[in-house]
Amino acid sequence: MFDTSALLRQRFAALRSTAELFSLRHVKQSHQALSVRRNVAEPPFFSQDEGAMLTVRVSGVEAYAATADLSQAGLQRALEQAEALARQIARYNLLDLREQPVTSARHDHISPNFDQPVPNLADCLGLLAAESASVPKDSRLVDWQASLGLSLVEQTYLNSAGAELRHAQRFLFPGLGVTASDGQDSQSRSLGRDNFGQQGGFEIIERCGLVGAARRVADEALQLLLAPNTPSGPRDLLLMPDQMMLQIHESIGHPLEMDRILGDERNYAGTSFVKAGDFGHLQYGSALLNVTFDPTIGEELASYSFDDDGTPASKQFLIRDGLLLRPLGGALSQFRSGLDGVANSRACGWNRAPIDRMANLNIEPGGQSLDQLVKGIEHGILMRTNRSWSIDDARNKFQFGCEWGQLIENGELKGIVKNPNYRGISAQFWRNLAAVGDSSTFQVLGTPNCGKGEPNQVVRVGHASPACVFRQIDVFGGDA
Amino acid sequence: MKHAFETLVGDVRKALQTGEQFTLGYSAEQSQFVRFNHAKVRQAGTVNQAGAQLRLIRDGRQAEQQVTLSGDTQLDSQRLFTALEQLRQTLPLLAVDPYLRLDESAWHSHSQQEQPLPELSDVLTLLEREAGDLDLVGIYAAGPICRGFASSFGAFGWHQANSFNFDWSLFHENGEAVKANYAGQVWSADDFTARLRQAREQLGFLGRPAVTLKPGSYRAYLAPAAMDEIAGMLCWGGFSAQALATGNSALQRLYNGDARLSPLVSFTEQVSGSLSPAFSDEGSPRLDVPLIQQGEARQRLISARSAAEFELLANGADSYESPCALSLAAGSLPSEQILERLGTGLYISNLWYLNYSDLPAARMTGLTRFATFWVENGQIQGPVSTMRFDDSLYSLLGSQLEDLTLEREMILSTSTYGQRSTGSSHLPGALVKGLTLTL
Repeated sequence: MFDTSALLRQRFAALRSTAELFSLRHVKQSHQALSVRRNVAEPPFFSQDEGAMLTVRVSGVEAYAATADLSQAGLQRALEQAEALARQIARYNLLDLREQPVTSARHDHISPNFDQPVPNLADCLGLLAAESASVPKDSRLVDWQASLGLSLVEQTYLNSAGAELRHAQRFLFPGLGVTASDGQDSQSRSLGRDNFGQQGGFEIIERCGLVGAARRVADEALQLLLAPNTPSGPRDLLLMPDQMMLQIHESIGHPLEMDRILGDERNYAGTSFVKAGDFGHLQYGSALLNVTFDPTIGEELASYSFDDDGTPASKQFLIRDGLLLRPLGGALSQFRSGLDGVANSRACGWNRAPIDRMANLNIEPGGQSLDQLVKGIEHGILMRTNRSWSIDDARNKFQFGCEWGQLIENGELKGIVKNPNYRGISAQFWRNLAAVGDSSTFQVLGTPNCGKGEPNQVVRVGHASPACVFRQIDVFGGDA
Repeated sequence: MKHAFETLVGDVRKALQTGEQFTLGYSAEQSQFVRFNHAKVRQAGTVNQAGAQLRLIRDGRQAEQQVTLSGDTQLDSQRLFTALEQLRQTLPLLAVDPYLRLDESAWHSHSQQEQPLPELSDVLTLLEREAGDLDLVGIYAAGPICRGFASSFGAFGWHQANSFNFDWSLFHENGEAVKANYAGQVWSADDFTARLRQAREQLGFLGRPAVTLKPGSYRAYLAPAAMDEIAGMLCWGGFSAQALATGNSALQRLYNGDARLSPLVSFTEQVSGSLSPAFSDEGSPRLDVPLIQQGEARQRLISARSAAEFELLANGADSYESPCALSLAAGSLPSEQILERLGTGLYISNLWYLNYSDLPAARMTGLTRFATFWVENGQIQGPVSTMRFDDSLYSLLGSQLEDLTLEREMILSTSTYGQRSTGSSHLPGALVKGLTLTL
């Protein structure tokens, strides 16, 4: 771990610049992707990636140059490129950052169980092969796949003010998916995949529940193939955590990103229905809604001590008792807007600059068990596991779809339904939050696939949530 | 960069042991990225990156490793040797891969375009002069892009081109916006200025009072940029041999013969003449592939792996079997008659955030975004607030399709996830009798 730190320190110290501030962010990542599909192992894929971004501030103008040439000459060349670019754009620049504070912090952050060995490749493939083989033989089961992604990331941030911030993280992404088809219709069930990933060691496999799950997942896909379509009309909606994470992500997370509110993302990711003046005033949801930026849950995907600009991370309420309090805005956005934010300035790697991103965005548990949540619904539907997501560029009008639906009548779970979809408007939806599950319903989930930014970036984000009930939501099914 | 790649290929070839085969993919770019907000530079930087993807094959087994390259040939060769050794240790742990198929032909392909790009200072000066008074937001991305491929069978492909992609939006003070793009390989200050001025003119319509629509079915015109979003959904597994064989394609019923699109609809993977490399990431020469003709399914995109698994013939598709240069045949509607033929309905410039609400039924949902207008009797009345649609492809490009435009737009991908894309699409606009709005 951190085996390049001494060399980086030495090379950084030898860099020469006339800039008032410069920094180096070195990122080293490795990834291993294993998969067994229809009982055949796919070719294993490995990757090794390493490079650095040099950022300068010249008379309040910042610019960057990213390079994989980590020699002394290569780093010096990149630094000079960044400096020349900062001078070139000065006349056209939007921001004057001369007064923006600079970090000089020094800290190491390491994932839980980072040093715990993981099984070797053959054992991992064996685990996936065993799961794949336990999918029952049924001609309607046309596709299935067990997979495991493992990523290691080491990052070192150094700046000319003396900061040295390092983090070493390990991420696991177990997954299982089964598709059933009768030739006309197809239905899929999954476990993990894009809806689950955590930091840590092989204990994550157990927490995901991958081992021994294939038979149940396959059976659920077959049940869906035989199930009627979800009926249309307003119903109370019970969302399980693996759909709550998407609901939080799209209709709380993205609208609260301060760079969207400041207009940076209007050409691509979009803007927000939330305005800068709403913080401290807007009743975002019912009084049951408590949303936190929480980098302290060790296993959650985006837990860290400092963000990629060097801001210390701590747990903060973004929404408390339904009232909107603060945005997802890093140090730069806070400087630009004058609002208190959080430590969420993040980059996907060495070749992209940090911007405001979601990190761990969670809903705090309430007081009801799952049984109590169901009993409190007269005419409703339970939905689990996201499969479709669409929301407007202001993050207001949404339509989401799930893999699994189950009707609820008079406080009891009833029949399975396929193609469960629902739609609504963010600004109203959260005010319909009627019940929040307790810690027994709470799950720590996350996705590796949050896209945003120009140039584009994909980052890992964590979402932990209990099951939640929303009153009178527009629910509907598919065509078939 | 080509020389560096050739050196790496030679070094890997020398390091090979008896019985081993390899393929080596290469991807590099030197990019200038400048983001704008309020017509000022919000964030600017350069990215110099290169990577190689080494696949080792032996005794019917294969494994791959992607390695970032530093630009120092000696160090990069060492990195590939390390990767080679790791792959060597991995192969004995694997079972024989029944779907391993290799293109063993010694094909050669070479394309190099070194048209000079504009100086950034010239772009910034021009932008300040033409748009300094506008609320412009977007990104300018420019620089050389390289793709390479070589194999131990003697195949060698090289693709290098300088390109730029300026993608921007102009915002009206009421929050409405118009989107525009200027991209290609040959920069013309006059063409860029003309495109910018055209967008400025469109901005004028956005100042009119907004029109609010209720959910329902509306006559609509979908401009090529909006059609690109729909085509993008079809690229998401729609034409994939694997997805079609395993119930995961939205075009399952079309390819089964249980459904059809309008006879006006003919889709082709049109690689020739596009900006994409002439070879796939798997190391096969790409082919032009007719996918849908006159509303009926024709070929599918078949990778070497799918060919083996489903007993088909590979046709140069990438490993993920997605089109890189999708083309939709033109119709008969002249552009200058669009508003007249639309009559009363929606003029939709762009769509946004599409996804499937029922994949086997090819039913998709999404939203209007940027410059969507309500038109009455061929006259623009005003901008329409963001609306959601939810409709089946078999309706939009089937029973409800009235015509496609005579003129088509070549749309170059703005995607920069991981690297700048070389993908494109060539599409007409579409006039539809009914588009279902739901929210």
